[in-house]
Amino acid sequence: MNIEMTEAILLTVFTAATPLLLAALGELVTERSGVLNLGVEGMMIMGAVAGFAFAQMTGNAYLGAIGGVVVGTLFSLSFAFLAITLVTNQVATGLALTILGLGVSGLWGESYIGLAGVRMETIVIPFLSEIPIIGRPLFAQDAIFYVSIALVIGISYFLFKTRAGLILRSVGDNHGSAHALGISVTKVRYLAVMFGGACSGLAGAHLSLVYTPQWVENMTAGRGWIALALVVFASWRPMRVIAGAYLFGAVGIAQLHIQALGYDIPSQLLSSLPYIATIVVLVIISRNRRLTLINTPASLGKGFVPDR
Amino acid sequence: MRIELERRAQPSALFAMLSPFIALGITLVAGVIMFKVMGLPPIDALYAFFIEPLIEVWSLHELAIKAAPLILIATGLAVCFRSSNWNIGAEGQFVMGAVAGSILPILFPEQTGAWVLPAMMIMGMAGGAAWGAIPAWLKNQFGANEILTSLMLVYVAQLILDWLVRGIWRDPDGYNFPESRGFSPEQILPEVLESGRAHYGAVFAIIGALVVWFMLARTMKGFEIKVIGDSPRAGQFAGFSAKRTTMFAFLIAGAFAGLAGISEVSGAIQQLRPVISPGYGFIAIIVAFLGRLNPLGIFAAGLILALSYLGSEAAQISLGISDKVGRVFQGLLLFFVLACDTLIHYRLKLVFSSNSARET
Repeated sequence: MNIEMTEAILLTVFTAATPLLLAALGELVTERSGVLNLGVEGMMIMGAVAGFAFAQMTGNAYLGAIGGVVVGTLFSLSFAFLAITLVTNQVATGLALTILGLGVSGLWGESYIGLAGVRMETIVIPFLSEIPIIGRPLFAQDAIFYVSIALVIGISYFLFKTRAGLILRSVGDNHGSAHALGISVTKVRYLAVMFGGACSGLAGAHLSLVYTPQWVENMTAGRGWIALALVVFASWRPMRVIAGAYLFGAVGIAQLHIQALGYDIPSQLLSSLPYIATIVVLVIISRNRRLTLINTPASLGKGFVPDR
Repeated sequence: MRIELERRAQPSALFAMLSPFIALGITLVAGVIMFKVMGLPPIDALYAFFIEPLIEVWSLHELAIKAAPLILIATGLAVCFRSSNWNIGAEGQFVMGAVAGSILPILFPEQTGAWVLPAMMIMGMAGGAAWGAIPAWLKNQFGANEILTSLMLVYVAQLILDWLVRGIWRDPDGYNFPESRGFSPEQILPEVLESGRAHYGAVFAIIGALVVWFMLARTMKGFEIKVIGDSPRAGQFAGFSAKRTTMFAFLIAGAFAGLAGISEVSGAIQQLRPVISPGYGFIAIIVAFLGRLNPLGIFAAGLILALSYLGSEAAQISLGISDKVGRVFQGLLLFFVLACDTLIHYRLKLVFSSNSARET
């Protein structure tokens, strides 16, 4: 395998991994606050259709991406109202968000089917992009890719080095104690859910503006669910999300390259690889129950009603 | 202004009964707003959606055809959800049931004895149950999250079906269309009444709902499921095994979804195609919650959600409304059902100043 091909493969892996990385990072923050939002797929598909729509309207891919973020955030608010204010069952509410997102995006995007989208340009960073092998894949990318890398570092720092991050984690680990200390559990959780919505919206916009600049119904194809699995895989640590996302990006891309090599493998088997890999990874991670228990936010998925 | 919750001393029986109806009412109001926004006459649109499909005999048959798989799947899901097993992969279990049940008609079309149809149904149930057993086993053995594994298996099942009908199961006389051979007449689930297309899947749905209702309401197994779901620790002290309950719930849900799958294929489609379900496995989740996880409630809820499928077809034909509107209705309905269920356990209080809560 020559250098050019390696570069090309790495580039596609990073591009395919970016939506997974973004959505998983957002969900990680949400889950660290103790809220399990299973609606990632729905928020992502809303981000995808909104990103496409706003880019069409304005002719500008960046405004499209911002549209995706805004719509993802607003959409997550409906989940927050139910799951946090009305303390509904979080699993069921997350599912509702996904079903609703798939429905609304299908209706909204109906007139966009078959239209050519606006592609977000790549930003080539001088000098760095000339490093052999990793230069082009890392430093000749779209803006959303750079944002995703910055978010990994930013979220790591925020969660483990700042007071606000400590507050967020304390709400996720023991909402009763956090409330007793005078922390507004509700406010922290609303913000965490909205951040998750923003990230998922951006992840969706990446799909419809960078990965495949067009609108296709259900174009997220289960990526939101894979992102949820990535959070478990990463045992709620941002740095490990990056490893998981690129691993899954590689699995997703592998099918294209294996097909190009001309082996006689059914395309359906290759298409099922990301889903099977998700199951395998979940099993491997979950086997070590102590490790999982130590890292899982202790209040994850439990509603909180302050007793006054 | 903000909303505060006050826990009721006892769950409100009134709201337990009313909440699905309130949710339906809010969904209709949301529908009126949605049609207004889309620039459509709301009353005509709602009429086309929810009344038109009910006034002709043939469309009542269509309603039964659509409602049967929803009711069957949701009944199985109720067993899962009541025991806190979050099986969201019923769509995959439906597909694998259809695949397993189609082995006989596709590979042995000449077998036309009276045993064939029952054998197909049993194989369908076995296929769905086997597919449902995978996430249950992974949960019991490794602690893998069943929500994610069961959902991932939906995609795998759909790809297996796709591979079969485009590959080894493609009809040799089918001009290369991705379809299996048509089933022999003896391998097709017969119609129940002479007046229309509704097949025996509807009968299965009625029997299935009654059996599960009896099990949940009147048997020890039903009690075990409820205890494990409400409090796994209490269940342990009572000697109930959470793992056994998980496997049981997934097997039941898988078998019901599988039966729905083979009934749909054998009764309605009469061959295998790359896509055999308009999302029944997912919409059944809404049916289960709208029916308050009670098989009798699920029966009514299944008819309502089936109406949303038919309504979107009818409204598309008569008013040119996008058939996607039905999907939005379905999503909204689940949202409102969950929100209204809060009223069962809590009283809502509107608080206008942020300090008043502290004084009480």
